[in-house]
Amino acid sequence: MFRHMLGKTLGLLGYTIQYGCIAHCAFEYIGEFVVCSGPSMEPTIVNHDVVFSERMSRHLFKIEKGDIVIAKSPFDPQMNICKRVIGLEGDKICTSSPSDLFKTHTYVPMGHVWLEGDNLRNSTDSRNYGPIPYALIRGRVCWKLWPLHSFGTLSESPTKRIIKTQTDSDSD
Amino acid sequence: MLLLCLPTNISLETYLHIVYKTIESYHMAQQTSAGQRYLQTFISGFFVAVPVTVTILDKLAYVARVEGASMQPFLNPDVGAQSDVVLLNRWSVRNNQVQRGDIVSVVSPRNPKQKIIKRVIGLEGDFIRTLSYKNRYVRVPNGHLWIEGDHRGHSLDSNCFGPVSLGLLHGRASHIIWPPNRWQRIKPSLPPNREPLDAEEDDE
Repeated sequence: MFRHMLGKTLGLLGYTIQYGCIAHCAFEYIGEFVVCSGPSMEPTIVNHDVVFSERMSRHLFKIEKGDIVIAKSPFDPQMNICKRVIGLEGDKICTSSPSDLFKTHTYVPMGHVWLEGDNLRNSTDSRNYGPIPYALIRGRVCWKLWPLHSFGTLSESPTKRIIKTQTDSDSD
Repeated sequence: MLLLCLPTNISLETYLHIVYKTIESYHMAQQTSAGQRYLQTFISGFFVAVPVTVTILDKLAYVARVEGASMQPFLNPDVGAQSDVVLLNRWSVRNNQVQRGDIVSVVSPRNPKQKIIKRVIGLEGDFIRTLSYKNRYVRVPNGHLWIEGDHRGHSLDSNCFGPVSLGLLHGRASHIIWPPNRWQRIKPSLPPNREPLDAEEDDE
């Protein structure tokens, strides 16, 4: 009787470990659901929105300019931030505000990214704490799941902060 | 069983051909089911072994070979000999808890594909004296670490790129496991004169 119970418990434990590992791999390498809070990404993502962020782009190093990413906060590793990638390593970023007379620029260092929220007036981002290392990025937000009336992919950046590099495509 | 009525308008040759093909397909069906069983066992084992292994490597422990001379003389003391292999404990850093003097592996801030192994010199809030950084004295910001290699001058560490964020922490090196004559447990120890300045209470 006792051996039977022990056998069943071990079997249950085995299954729990197995499914726990599969769940870990799914959340770590496929994607996870994120509940966003805060006003820094309005109007693209508002408070209490649920989004799905996929992990594969980050592991394969395919995050691009204009992607919305979830990243670990550089000053509090237990907290996550949701911002848009404005510049990748080597890109030129305009650090002066639009009202300044003299424009200042900076270049994003190797291995770092420059993040900004869509709601420029109400967002603490790389304009405050500088570029963050790429490895702090957790995933790329690809789908908004809630609220249902804005279900689907997310829109492009409403701010005109992304400096697109001119590709050489002049025809001769 | 194959003693069917032989339709008269079919030649013996064709009949034998049909019989042969039927026997062959029955035989192949037997083989396929053994092959299918093998495939099923392999797939189910695969789906158990791969997630469990990946979870263990992500959450519990990791084994890594140390390259380079930045942690000499503690790690890789002989240049010509084999590199040390260390066991990285990932469970103990799950809440970002490290001590001063621990040897940790972090993702390099300069290259996200690379991990570097260095010693923790300062924790958040510490006020430390740097060796070759742009500022002489640095207060380590919240959520950051100051890491240095033991081999001064030959190490790409916080003296080059500044404090590193705790989110980049990968694991704590707990044991040297190869070569066998260097098997040991790694204890946290700060190098001399690398204590944080505000922790010193004695005045002499």
